[in-house]
Amino acid sequence: MDELKYNFAYLDEQTKKTIRRAILKGLSIPGYQVPFSSREMPMPYGWGTGGIQVTSSCIKQDDTLKVIDQGSDDTTNAVSIRNFFKRVTNVQTTEDTNKATIIQTRHRIPEIPLVEKQILIYQVPTPEPFRFLEPSEFETRKIHALKEYGIMHLKLYEDISKNGHISTSYNYPVLVDDNYISAPSPIPKFDNPKMNNNPAIQLFGAGREQRIYAIPPYTKVISLDFEDYPFEATKANAVCQLCGATDSYLDEIIIDNAGGRMFVCSDTNYCQNNLLKKIYNP
Amino acid sequence: MNMNEIIKITDLTKSFGNIIACSSITLEVYPGEIVGIVGESGSGKTTLLKCASGLYKPDSGEVFFRSDDNYVQNICNISEPDLRQLMRTDWSFIHQNPRDGLRMNISAGGNIGEKLMAIGNRHYGNIREAAAAWLEKVEIDSSRIDELPSNFSGGMQQRLQIARCLITEPKLIYMDEPTGGLDVSVQAKILDLIKKLVEELNIAAVIVTHDLGVVRLLADRVLVMKDGHIVEQGITDQVLDDPHHAYTQLLVSSIIQV
Repeated sequence: MDELKYNFAYLDEQTKKTIRRAILKGLSIPGYQVPFSSREMPMPYGWGTGGIQVTSSCIKQDDTLKVIDQGSDDTTNAVSIRNFFKRVTNVQTTEDTNKATIIQTRHRIPEIPLVEKQILIYQVPTPEPFRFLEPSEFETRKIHALKEYGIMHLKLYEDISKNGHISTSYNYPVLVDDNYISAPSPIPKFDNPKMNNNPAIQLFGAGREQRIYAIPPYTKVISLDFEDYPFEATKANAVCQLCGATDSYLDEIIIDNAGGRMFVCSDTNYCQNNLLKKIYNP
Repeated sequence: MNMNEIIKITDLTKSFGNIIACSSITLEVYPGEIVGIVGESGSGKTTLLKCASGLYKPDSGEVFFRSDDNYVQNICNISEPDLRQLMRTDWSFIHQNPRDGLRMNISAGGNIGEKLMAIGNRHYGNIREAAAAWLEKVEIDSSRIDELPSNFSGGMQQRLQIARCLITEPKLIYMDEPTGGLDVSVQAKILDLIKKLVEELNIAAVIVTHDLGVVRLLADRVLVMKDGHIVEQGITDQVLDDPHHAYTQLLVSSIIQV
């Protein structure tokens, strides 16, 4: 490909090596945030530079890449990241969750259960689950080192006292492998149970914060809660108005100026497959 | 090691460069006893408190702490996790400025309940009930449980801090000028409250202050510090009514009479 003037997958091999080392360390200590020297990428922080660097370091010629943003394959962010990798790797891309070997995601886990040999790569804005409770990095590292995890429940306590229920609805803190408390990135808490015992490798990359962490396949991941206020994986109480799915996470979309709205699957590939099934097997 | 004291400091010295902040200090505190440390600014009171609570490592000397089960720990070479565990359970620290001891962006109930959650309580209803009960104990209406500390007056914030510190029923509390910056009528109320709770829960307390009035009201025993030395110590009334050391005499005579 003439256009390809960069190294395969944009990053140089030395950088990829260091990132792979961070990933391996992350996989051996599930949930632990491994610092890495995040590179300047040809896009601003906040556009998924962490996830892209992790993907760059994992991707091989024979991989099939899927990129989703809020569950959707066709939003600006997803399209441009997919095109970026197409250009610098020339690998196959897909929208089909089943065909993908690497899925880079922002804010969702696909509805179709993942399988072994798939890698799910999360774009993470704030890797430190305690950041908004404790601004000092020095202190948060101590919190993790000494497992002084009580204050995370303080946050949930505040939720209940203000709203009558645990109102944290995304980036809901999880305990990984009965050891580290981690931020699942801003996925809806509806997706939290999918992280538990998942056959796929889950990698988390935070570019600006320069952290990588990981959840190996089949790892116990539990969402924190109170005995009298157990964790609930919530979603909008509606069905998808396109495919009729009742079990998928829904987006509420404003459709006109008169305040009309509709609920649709946030996972576009899942929705499309449901529609195709309806057409071919009515 | 057998000891009856709850905390025992032997021959403690701490200097910062050429300045000797504490010089050969020996001090014992027994369970349920309130010990006052007075002295002017720079006399080494706060350094002594910080050494006693493990925040500073002394140059020489030892600090021993005895838990309920007669387990004695040397605070000078305690590991950080153990020290922080003590801070959450057997000890508490009441700061002069309530904003140093409270989380200002967390509700009153959350502030009080935090230590319970830190030691593993995971039942919301129980935590909230305990927090409400403690609000009442420190004379704040429990209907204000969901308000932020910034809605409270200085005196109420200080009472909130006391509730937050005492909810786990520690065995020993350290106080650094607990009534500094409060007006006298509020001071009197706080001192009254501390005295009542400390007696009720049979807590030992070490209180550092430059206010002899505070010591007179609270402390069973008083130590007078000057330039890093303890110059006089004894029963509070005895020391304040019949001061022997020239510096103590000066301190006592400096109280403004109204």
